Amino acid sequence: MLLGKAAIGFKGTIKAVDASSCAAHGLSPAEIERRLAEMGFTIGSTVEIRHEGFWRRDPIAVKVNDTTIALRRRVANAIHVCPLQQNEPDCHKT
Amino acid sequence: MNEGSSREQATRVALVGNPNCGKTALFNALTGSRQKVANYPGVTVERKEGNFVTPKGRFIRILDLPGTYSLRARSPDEEITRDVVLGKIAGEEIPDIILCIADSTNLRLAVRLALEVHRTGRPMALVLNMFDIAKHRGIDIDLARLSDELKIPVVTSIAVRRGGIDGLLGLLDGQIALPPQASTPCDWTPPDRDDITALQREADRIIAASVKPPAMPHTVTARMDAVLLHPVWGILILLGVLFVMFQAVFTWSEPPMNAIKSGFDFLGAEAGRFLPAGLFRSFVCDGLIAGVGAVIVFLPQILILFFFILLLEDFGYMARAAFLMDKIMGGAGLHGRAFIPLLSSFACAIPAIMATRVIDNKRDRLATILIAPLMTCSARIPVYTLIISAFIPARQVWGGLQLQGLVMFCLYALGILSALGVSFALRRVFWRDVPSEPFLLELPDYKKPDARSVLLGLLQRAKIFLSRAGTTIAAMMMVIWFLASFPEAPKNATEPAIDYSLAASIGKAMEPVFAPIGFNWQINVALIPGMAAREVAVAAFGTVYSIEDEDNGTEVRLSQTLAHQWSLATALALLAWYVFAPQCASTLITIRKETGSSKWMFFSFGYMIALAYIAAFITYHAALALGA
Repeated sequence: MLLGKAAIGFKGTIKAVDASSCAAHGLSPAEIERRLAEMGFTIGSTVEIRHEGFWRRDPIAVKVNDTTIALRRRVANAIHVCPLQQNEPDCHKT
Repeated sequence: MNEGSSREQATRVALVGNPNCGKTALFNALTGSRQKVANYPGVTVERKEGNFVTPKGRFIRILDLPGTYSLRARSPDEEITRDVVLGKIAGEEIPDIILCIADSTNLRLAVRLALEVHRTGRPMALVLNMFDIAKHRGIDIDLARLSDELKIPVVTSIAVRRGGIDGLLGLLDGQIALPPQASTPCDWTPPDRDDITALQREADRIIAASVKPPAMPHTVTARMDAVLLHPVWGILILLGVLFVMFQAVFTWSEPPMNAIKSGFDFLGAEAGRFLPAGLFRSFVCDGLIAGVGAVIVFLPQILILFFFILLLEDFGYMARAAFLMDKIMGGAGLHGRAFIPLLSSFACAIPAIMATRVIDNKRDRLATILIAPLMTCSARIPVYTLIISAFIPARQVWGGLQLQGLVMFCLYALGILSALGVSFALRRVFWRDVPSEPFLLELPDYKKPDARSVLLGLLQRAKIFLSRAGTTIAAMMMVIWFLASFPEAPKNATEPAIDYSLAASIGKAMEPVFAPIGFNWQINVALIPGMAAREVAVAAFGTVYSIEDEDNGTEVRLSQTLAHQWSLATALALLAWYVFAPQCASTLITIRKETGSSKWMFFSFGYMIALAYIAAFITYHAALALGA
């Protein structure tokens, strides 16, 4: 599932970072992926949605391991996540 | 080797680190007030350099580089960091030692950056800053292990405490050997996503091996954020904070502003007594002293505003304000961080433009600078109230609304809407192909603001503002004075002296241009001294309509005179003009300084004049058509 679609309180781990379907701000998908990686959104990191904005629940504040990062849901859609403790077989496969 | 060194043999040190790692507090602790703030040539990135002597007498020159998450530069600020570290910047010598600064409570991204910097092969060390907070929270860091894994020396520091930087000073004194410059030149290339991911994995492994997380996780920040980032309470609290801030900017600043004003009035009067009457006296009193005084009077407002901004930034709240405001600002193509500078613009555009330094991205910052002067600053208030009281009847409309107040409100709303509109146009029309910065912002842990950093920051802003007021702005005031008082009136003059000046000639020459928007030549003349500061136009109207200054009666009599001299259509056109017109030389000069180019100053002037003319034209003709 996509981090940008998750509700507040969501906890999970990052399975993949793929911005190919979320062109935003005129940046190339590779550039968005790189920026997300620089802020700590790398495969295997744990994420938790801690806060969200008032309008359309956007932006969101995500705890990535121990760092809290604010971002818009549109960009967060580049982050593919698996919920913690879920037995969906296809989710934990990489 | 450390028996003292002269300035020429100074050791050059550069500080590199993530934003919010306490790098600037550490820089302040090392250098005290021996620091110099300038710009890197050609760019608007602040260059902060300081110097100090170590306990063993080694002379150190230290550079505080802009905060970054990676050496791969995304913004002009980060390019500077990269180029200094790689020694690629013209006129900047390559640093002898790179100190990677990390927030000890938040090591993950910092350790990855250290690994990346290590690849450059430069002699470096890792400084674990805010070590006291980490200890207090029960984070157990195995320094020897961390140093072994990273293959660089690791020292701890507490920038905000006396003696907290002794370990770092010892390192700089050579008590800990730094690995020498690697023999291989430099094996750093801009990392892509997979490189970063691999480095991060390595960093995570090192942290897992050398850092024991606390038994009880730190929850203060999370608990505070539950309220401060709450969709409803968070916004109400932000509005409350802003309310207090602007109350302070307007009310606290009043006594010192009055004091500065009377100080300059006194200075002008004293100078006037000693100088013979004539052009030179007018130059010193009306040009020099009054001109510089008119700008320096804003210093208290600037200091109070920056006091709040620096305090909130240091506390960690500014990032939260940006989070809360992102949606509103984003709609107009602005960054969430533009919110506070734009609000400051209601006091005065000059501190607002200076405050845009909190916005990292160049385009976001430029857009904010360009629209800040459209917000209704306090200098417009005297002009608005004068014209409104002269032309708008004090009656109630639509069941109880005060008509005069309603007009005032409309003028404010017009300013805000046009600012958002211009920003939207810049983003969507002119910079459509320029990638904008995605909103990706770290929300740092809250911490107690450091008094020394706040004070040093205030001192720097005051210095920047005063040096500007004393040089460029003062020169501009001279020009305006010259236009308004030269050539002198003849001995047997019947009209006010300004009618014989160059300003009057310009005003009369401009008549064909301004007639379509309903301005007579007297208005054109008053607009020229009004360039010094908007409210000066009120005094200038008094001068051109030869109302003598009799303390309190002036404004009442002036508004009566204006009501006879101008049509309602002209008055409304002038109000519309003042919403947009770039009627403030100091703001234009501040724009030039902050953007580092005259181009953007002329752009601001041009687009604001154009908007002002169009708005006044429409207002004038609409009012005429409606029979005003």
